[in-house]
Amino acid sequence: MRILETKHTTMRFGGVTAVEDLNLYVDQGEIVAIIGPNGAGKTTTFNMMTGVYAPTEGQIMLAKKDGNLEDITGVRPDLIAKRGVARTFQNIRLFSELTALENVLTAQHLHVKSNFATAMLGLPQYKKEERAFRKRAMELLEIVGLADQADSMATSLPYGQQRRLEIARALATDPRLLLLDEPAAGMNPQETQELTTFVSQIHEQFGLTILMIEHHMQIVMDISHRIYVLDFGKTIAHGTPDEIKNNERVIDAYLGVAEDAEG
Amino acid sequence: MGSNQTVQGRLNQPGASSHKNRNRILTAVTLVIFVVFLFLADQGIILDSYGVRIIRLCGVYTIAALSMTLINGLTGQFSLGQAGFMAIGAYTTSLLIIPPEVKEQMYYVTPIQGWVRDMQAPFLAAILIGGLLAALIAFLIGFPVLRLRGDYLAIATLGFSEIIRVIITNVGSVTNSSIGIKSIPDTANIWWTTIAAALCITLVYRLMKTSYGRAFKSIRDDEVAAEAMGISLFKHKMLSFVISGFLAGLSGGLLASVVGVINPLYFRFTLAYEILLIVVLGGQGSITGTLVSACLITAGKEWLRFLDSGFSIGPITIPEISGLRMLVFSALLMVVILFYRRGLFGSNEFSWDGLFRLIQRTGARCKRLIRRGEKGGAAK
Repeated sequence: MRILETKHTTMRFGGVTAVEDLNLYVDQGEIVAIIGPNGAGKTTTFNMMTGVYAPTEGQIMLAKKDGNLEDITGVRPDLIAKRGVARTFQNIRLFSELTALENVLTAQHLHVKSNFATAMLGLPQYKKEERAFRKRAMELLEIVGLADQADSMATSLPYGQQRRLEIARALATDPRLLLLDEPAAGMNPQETQELTTFVSQIHEQFGLTILMIEHHMQIVMDISHRIYVLDFGKTIAHGTPDEIKNNERVIDAYLGVAEDAEG
Repeated sequence: MGSNQTVQGRLNQPGASSHKNRNRILTAVTLVIFVVFLFLADQGIILDSYGVRIIRLCGVYTIAALSMTLINGLTGQFSLGQAGFMAIGAYTTSLLIIPPEVKEQMYYVTPIQGWVRDMQAPFLAAILIGGLLAALIAFLIGFPVLRLRGDYLAIATLGFSEIIRVIITNVGSVTNSSIGIKSIPDTANIWWTTIAAALCITLVYRLMKTSYGRAFKSIRDDEVAAEAMGISLFKHKMLSFVISGFLAGLSGGLLASVVGVINPLYFRFTLAYEILLIVVLGGQGSITGTLVSACLITAGKEWLRFLDSGFSIGPITIPEISGLRMLVFSALLMVVILFYRRGLFGSNEFSWDGLFRLIQRTGARCKRLIRRGEKGGAAK
């Protein structure tokens, strides 16, 4: 079942075409990767999918709960998040003055059913909700291995843990589709290996569909079902990891000598 | 199983403190001392009416500063419209509590409108109506201005605040234009202002503990991330702006009753800067910091008044220079900002544990200094 699809999506900034005629789809339960050199338009693609930018041309379709596709072109980011799309950021964007726990709790605000007055008066309905939020937040921190850091300020955590906290925060919105923007950026080989395991684990555990941007070929080749390769805004290839590895154009534009990708 | 227990443990005692009982007792004792102090002050035993007035102003400015802390420090929206909202609260409250005969006499340039003359309300209702009206205006202003960010928002809110003031100056039949309003009943005694300030602190404190409060803070920390996590920026900014407007209106109403005389000039943008000063000094984003700094600045400005009237230090006699007070005050502020760049409290809140840690640290530092001094002496 299709969960996300872009139809002839183009994004221009003045004279620069960041993404051109992108036709990408993600099916339920897949792990799909977008790769490409710097400036290829990968993050712009994410920003269009999450409503940060409205595409200049084309459409973005997202599956509703009942499975029918709905046009979400130009819908506000918070409403797209409510429709079940969560993301992490290339340059970590945690809430710096909040603790790790509060960061995760904040991402559950979109589930709040109590209105403002009920929350202010601390009525039982709200208290119950807040308790459930805290329980869930602690569970998520447990999953990403940060339970003992719950009360630490988000920015005081080491880099790798901040990345994992961002994933926990994204998971707290209860997404169907998770967009990971370079989750392994700045990680050493061992951390990358751990991340690979972690991503496949949450993929299974939460029944998630994952779309990720990544430069580490090891993680991309290991876990993704399909790969899109962008270069200067154009989609130059699309296929399974094996197909991509042996694609001449991809090797020219991005992977370089084939041995590198193997190693 | 083990992990589940840690989850449960945390849920029951978020940020558990080992000194819970001690802290409770300290809080209770402080509160009792404070209430006794207020009682004695109110009876005129330990403070004269001038001193009492300063304490009343402390309460008023605490509320005004809280209003700015909420929108600027806790929601991260740089708004400078407080003076306008305070003016709305002040005028509404004044006109509701001054008896009709007195009002009629006051409006000698432009005759007063009938409904303005006849409207009356008890004090509590009057300040609440003042606050609600300010909140309503904040709601209307919010639609255009909350789409702006940073400096642009500051300029726009400041502009609207001036517009409110200009309107007040020009609708003489309602506001008595630039002559202003006098003989405002002195209802807001020390209890009114203190209890109002305490309630407002509780309100904002509670608010920040709820999920909505966390959403405010997340917008302050990173708008892009907050929006990506499903938080509607406009809705929450508006909520914060309206509550902030309400608090400013409320403080305006109390202010009118404390000072007794108001006119449009009182609510110029300088008033907003004065409040901004309190917020910056206290630490943007700290509720207790706002309280401490509101009291320090209000009392400090009055206490430094002796500088204006001429004084002598030993053989040097300083002549009467009006404005010297503000010069010294500014210098003191600069010193504070140099040493505490994020204000006295930063974005932390006061806690007994924190106070004891501070005392311990300071004690240890003093000991080190003394030891170093002894060593230095021995070397000689």
